[in-house]
Amino acid sequence: MTLTFNLLAAACLAYVAFLFLVAFAGERQAARGSGLLRGPVIYTLSLSIYCTAWTFYGAVGYAARSGLEFMTIYLGPTLVFIGWWWFLRKLVRIGRAERITSIADILSSRYGKSNLIAVLVTLLAVVGTTPYIALQLQSVTLSFGVFAAPGSDASDPAGLALWVACGLAVFTILFGTRNLDANERHDGIVAAIAVEAVVKLIALMSIGVFVVWGLNGGLARTGEVIAASPLADWTAVPGRWAGLIFVSGAAVICLPRMFQVLVVENADERHLATASWAFPSYLLAMCIFVVPIAATGLALMPGHANPDLFVLTLPLADGRGGLALLAFLGGFSSATSMVIVASVALATMLSNHVVMPLWLATRGRVTGAGDMRRVVLRARRASILGVLVMGYLYFLATGGTSSLASIGLISFVGMAQVLPALGFGLFWTGATRLGAATGILTGFAIWGWTMLVPVLAGPELLALGPAGVGWLRPEAMFGLTGDPLLSAVILSLGFNTLVFCTVSLLTRPTPMERLQAPRFVQVFDRAAAPRGHRRGTAGAAELLVMAQRILGARAAQAMFAAEARAQGRPSDLPEATPDMLERLEKRLAGSVGAATAHAMVTGITGDAVVSVEDLLAVADETAQIMDYSARLEAQSAELTRTAGELREANDKLTALGIQRDAFLSQVSHELRTPMTSIRAFAEILRADGDLPAKERARYIGIIQEESERLTRLLDDLLSLSVLESGQVVLHPADVMLGQVIDRAVVASGDTGLRLLRDPAAEAVALRTDPDRLAQVFINLITNAAKYCDAAEPELRIAVTPSRRGIAVDFIDNGSGIAAGDRTLIFEKFARLTDQAAAGSAGLGLAICREVVARLGGSIDYLPGPHGARFRVRLPRRVAEARAAE
Amino acid sequence: MNRQTSSQPPGGRVLLIEDEQNIATAIAFILQREGWRVSTHGDGTTALAAVERHRPDVVVLDVMLPGKSGFDVLGGIRAGARPDLPVLMLTAKGQTKDRERAEALGASRFMTKPFSNRELVDAVRVLAGSAAPPDPV
Repeated sequence: MTLTFNLLAAACLAYVAFLFLVAFAGERQAARGSGLLRGPVIYTLSLSIYCTAWTFYGAVGYAARSGLEFMTIYLGPTLVFIGWWWFLRKLVRIGRAERITSIADILSSRYGKSNLIAVLVTLLAVVGTTPYIALQLQSVTLSFGVFAAPGSDASDPAGLALWVACGLAVFTILFGTRNLDANERHDGIVAAIAVEAVVKLIALMSIGVFVVWGLNGGLARTGEVIAASPLADWTAVPGRWAGLIFVSGAAVICLPRMFQVLVVENADERHLATASWAFPSYLLAMCIFVVPIAATGLALMPGHANPDLFVLTLPLADGRGGLALLAFLGGFSSATSMVIVASVALATMLSNHVVMPLWLATRGRVTGAGDMRRVVLRARRASILGVLVMGYLYFLATGGTSSLASIGLISFVGMAQVLPALGFGLFWTGATRLGAATGILTGFAIWGWTMLVPVLAGPELLALGPAGVGWLRPEAMFGLTGDPLLSAVILSLGFNTLVFCTVSLLTRPTPMERLQAPRFVQVFDRAAAPRGHRRGTAGAAELLVMAQRILGARAAQAMFAAEARAQGRPSDLPEATPDMLERLEKRLAGSVGAATAHAMVTGITGDAVVSVEDLLAVADETAQIMDYSARLEAQSAELTRTAGELREANDKLTALGIQRDAFLSQVSHELRTPMTSIRAFAEILRADGDLPAKERARYIGIIQEESERLTRLLDDLLSLSVLESGQVVLHPADVMLGQVIDRAVVASGDTGLRLLRDPAAEAVALRTDPDRLAQVFINLITNAAKYCDAAEPELRIAVTPSRRGIAVDFIDNGSGIAAGDRTLIFEKFARLTDQAAAGSAGLGLAICREVVARLGGSIDYLPGPHGARFRVRLPRRVAEARAAE
Repeated sequence: MNRQTSSQPPGGRVLLIEDEQNIATAIAFILQREGWRVSTHGDGTTALAAVERHRPDVVVLDVMLPGKSGFDVLGGIRAGARPDLPVLMLTAKGQTKDRERAEALGASRFMTKPFSNRELVDAVRVLAGSAAPPDPV
């Protein structure tokens, strides 16, 4: 396969189109709220933008030039992720808690929201990143050049780099500034970066496998090649190694693009736990084949070949076009992912800290939210273009001559200048804004002079120093003639830290810094962070008005008067000192909660630094109060219900007691009445031996009659007691209703009633206890016989099918039961007429009601125009259900 | 439902207010055998009128009466023209609170059914004793 430039360009375009798709899918996924793309794996893969084209191409070149020293670039981040996990966690926690948008933002926020710091860091980042972006353009251009035929368009590096820069600008603007995300996250870009991370890893591993097993024929031969190469002769210089490890470790935290993916794009603090081992593993995989490739390239390729391009030239020389294309795409991935994230991060910083403040200063007040958003997005887009243009210009200025690794290191050391301010700022509340600004400026200046100038300036300056001042020579400041890189690192960071600490100790933090510092230093202990109050300009009078609303007029006035006395002021209004405000806030907190109190006090003192967390805390407190009151309400409702239940139970018991007394009283009366007659006549019969036979017979008759009545009464009582206790045993059988009525009529004997029946309607099949049902019917028939007061008493038995069973009505032609008595008739001993007529204790209907209930039915008195009408409702087949009880 | 008994001994008159027919028969027989003139009345509502009409020396009064209870009748007697009329109350309920209520209303004697015939006759005699003791037969 021969690779033409056109084919390569087409492959690039296709690859970029594929990335577009991935980014779109990522944004769609995020818009749907899926957390799939924000898992720890994607997070770790996105961190791999640490491995840029420098790593992809440059590491091999670095190894070819400096042996194992390239390892330091990997060791630094590895040590940070494994050993400084706690530091990263604090960084991420602060980033999320304070809604940090960039490395400039976190430093600005820490040092009292200082715009000076923000601009300084942004400037540093732009200057430090520009060479790095140029490096990516250079590497892509170089890799294109490898494939290009001499004399073609592609052989012009400057033109090619311009096209690459434009393409990257378009992609970045499309996905980096599509919308103004509140939390500055870019799901589409992160998804695309994760894919690119996989592509570059696979590409580099494939080349490694090809070199070791394809070109060299195995591990053993490869070992021989390495041993024979100049790499084996390199020895590690301890000082330089330590310096490089430190710088690369600092870079992984401080580089704007790394801060972007590490902190800003972090979706969950716990993802760090995965990244702490997965990211070093990724780095290990990326560097494992670097030495074999470098050694083999040095052995096989001609002496003038660029070692930075061995990953491309080795497969090409072997005629493996496809593999070379894969390697090319790997390098392309490395370059594009870095440029995209770096330009997004820089654009955020530029627009937030430089463009927007300028725009606001010139245009005055914000006119509207929509307007503002458009301005921010435009600023972002312009910034992205600006960053890429600068990278392109740097590329033109340096002529693409420097080796990739040295450009990368310049960037690293540049951004490492923010490390003292960042590191101390996170752990030392005494660090001040001025300290940070002077430290960064000092480091920035020394870095620029010792590392940036040598690349850009002419040889005279390097050799003689500015205006001939020898000790200021960029590569040998203060006479440090050792390793220029190590000197630059030590000088810039050393002076940076020294100045930072000295100035911090000499200056006092502003009130705003005092407020912000604990939020960072004590981020894991937010509750303990003092809220702090400035000596507010607001009058104590306003505070008093507010306090009166919360505490009540008298309590508030008393408190303010006491404060005024303590301050020795003649009036009743104290000065709103921080101490006084603190006490007021505590007092108010007792009523409205701490966060609300703080918000109210600061709202009046103009000291309002009410963050999202404060507002959330207010909401939390409100929710807690609501929850508490809801629980109180529930408890009180519970109490009311319990009390109600107790009262009900008591009423029931009382009623039961009254009922029992009344029942016993009734039973006593019903038993004693026949016994009285029996005893009286028994005594008469015994005392009067000479009673006439007729009288004697009559009295004996009375005794017998009363004895039978007594027996009947006891039978009724027993049967009622059995029924009520539910111990009755039913014997269900399949019967015809007519047969049961027949039995009842026969058993009732000669009642004197004329019975009116409808045999057709009575032909209803029932499953019930026929004996019990007959007992009910007998009772109703004999009742009618006893109480029906018509001259020619009649009883009509009517059967009608009802919804769930049948209804049997017993209707007589008497005068019926008075309305007031109808509810009483089913009660025990509810005898409505006089004793003689009834001849029973009045338990009949009570028994009927119990029996019918056991049979699954009911019995009611129905008022009607003619006579008494009792209705017995019966289910057709429910007798079993009740019998089973 | 008033009814005059057949024999009229020279002794005192007893009005028996009792709705249970068999009990009334027994009591009337016992007292008549002792020489009392016994009238029986079986309804509560008209009992006071019967007292007015018969002018008895002693009243034997059942508590459970149709229409009006024995307590009401007793109250009527005590509030009316014969506040000193001896009244013997009979009850089948036999509860303490009934006895207390009867005494509070001014019952001269309170007896629980069933009673011994002898006891009833003695009680009636004691109650009538001050006014006109009946001649023994």
